[in-house]
Amino acid sequence: MSMKTVFKKTTGLTDNPTHYCPGCTHGIIHRLVGEVLEEMDILEETIGVASVGCSVLSYEYFNCDMTQAAHGRAPAVATGVKRVLPDRFVFTYQGDGDLASIGISEVIHAAARGEKITVIFVNNAIYGMTGGQMAPTTLIGQKTATTPFGRDESIQGLPIKVCEMLSTLDGAAYIERVSAHDVQHIQKAKRAIRRAFETQKKGLGFSMVEILSTCPTNWGLDPYESLEWIKDNMIPAYPLGVYKNKEGAE
Amino acid sequence: MGKVLMKGNEVIAEAAVQAGCKYFFGYPITPQSELVAYMARRLPEVGGLFLQAESEIAAINMVYGAAGTGVRVMTSSSSPGFSLKQEGISYLVGSELPAVVVNIVRGGPGLGNIQPAQSDYFQVTKGGGHGDYNIPVLAPASLQEIVELTNEAFDIADRYRTPVILMGDGMLGQMMEPVEFGERTHSELPEKNWATTGTRGDGPRRIITSLELNAQSLETRNAALQKKFARIKENEVRYETYQTDDADYIMVAFGTVARITMNAISKARQEGIKVGLIRPISLWPFPEKPFLETRDVVKGYISVEMSAGQMVEDVRLAVNGHAEVDFYGRTGGVVPTQEEIYQKILSVAGGSRYEHENSF
Repeated sequence: MSMKTVFKKTTGLTDNPTHYCPGCTHGIIHRLVGEVLEEMDILEETIGVASVGCSVLSYEYFNCDMTQAAHGRAPAVATGVKRVLPDRFVFTYQGDGDLASIGISEVIHAAARGEKITVIFVNNAIYGMTGGQMAPTTLIGQKTATTPFGRDESIQGLPIKVCEMLSTLDGAAYIERVSAHDVQHIQKAKRAIRRAFETQKKGLGFSMVEILSTCPTNWGLDPYESLEWIKDNMIPAYPLGVYKNKEGAE
Repeated sequence: MGKVLMKGNEVIAEAAVQAGCKYFFGYPITPQSELVAYMARRLPEVGGLFLQAESEIAAINMVYGAAGTGVRVMTSSSSPGFSLKQEGISYLVGSELPAVVVNIVRGGPGLGNIQPAQSDYFQVTKGGGHGDYNIPVLAPASLQEIVELTNEAFDIADRYRTPVILMGDGMLGQMMEPVEFGERTHSELPEKNWATTGTRGDGPRRIITSLELNAQSLETRNAALQKKFARIKENEVRYETYQTDDADYIMVAFGTVARITMNAISKARQEGIKVGLIRPISLWPFPEKPFLETRDVVKGYISVEMSAGQMVEDVRLAVNGHAEVDFYGRTGGVVPTQEEIYQKILSVAGGSRYEHENSF
């Protein structure tokens, strides 16, 4: 009797065990990115750019050439790589502290220039690695280490909606916000990543997928509650959908 | 190709192109903007790429990305912008990526002004960014020397997998002199078998990073960096001496200040005062040898700088108490005149020492 392989791990990821907390959706998002790289058969032409934060070690997990950027600078580093090697595939993997706070300038200008790179933007509304401080994406009322009484609009201001902002730029070719909180949405997230990667392959311009993600450890919730929290709190503040599709508009 | 009359900033740019640098990421700042503009015009002619970044921070990180693919790449700035590049420079060192970074120094601190200065000496020679490191720093004194040193800067960067700083003052960037771009010397350089260009199915994946979470591992890595710095100190020291053989006093100056100082020396020699010059060309590694050879013979040294006294500390370390070390400096974009330096020589060598070391 011969054994039939019904499932195997994507070749887009290495065999290194990830360091992510139980219930964190980084692992799922890594797998989606890895699967799409494998399915598009572009692993050997890919240079990934890791950022600073919980995903700082993502270069240990993606099974392709990787370079590590300084905090927030991944889109600038990716620009340097892509401009020298325009026929290669270049993506960044960044969290919301990295991208929406210290790196907001780099991502805005990369989008404005229409850099043919793809940004995987993982938004969990908090700084994870440093111990749960407020991010620009932290929700109003959300308690963090630096907003112990909840984020107060009159003190900390309002959250930044990155997809909405970047979609105003002409250089942005594909912008979509998805969520990793259940199977159906994870499937949608994978399709979004595929469309963003194809946007780059077609040379249409800058592409980004924002994925709403969990942080059970710093949210103080269990893994199941965390998924519910995305659905109940994050999606209303960060509506899902395609914000920019240059190809679709043509 | 014969001599051409060019501006210092443009000479740096052309010399870089001739050294095989096809990628430049820049941001405008006076007094180095001609360099950026030259690259914007010139690089497309050689099939290269010029990109104006949104900030100095973005520019140095674009350099990091490009350097990681194994190409020759450069950025340039002036003092305030150079400060912003320090984060990226530290990462280049940590990830061992070659690149050339130009600093056309202007008056500081803060916004300062746009006049010539050398007050970034500490910043370029003592690390500048975070962590334990040094970077080779080359300081040309003429436009012809820019041609040679720019070429060498790229070779040193590739040989040791390190950023290299080319430091000039605003005067050097702005002045015009005839220069000749001769045949470039080619050094044997190691293969860039570390570059991230996509695996292309031709080997295992590569990673460029400066992250090392385990303390023992980072210490091991730092020890390897220190070994590399020691090799650079052994092989990449550059300096020039001028009339030091019979000198009672030796002036120490680099860049354009060295040229003014040489004129002051000529005047002093006419008056019978035996003065010479040590001109460090590599600011790091600092040339200790000419001091070891002279420090038990001469009466003293005078460091002349466009700063409040920065290189003079390295002079003192090299002299190590064997002779007097004096200092003359101007700051804020004020260029010391030949006459001022001559008067300083008189005040030291003429017998009566001034009360104060500094001019201000």
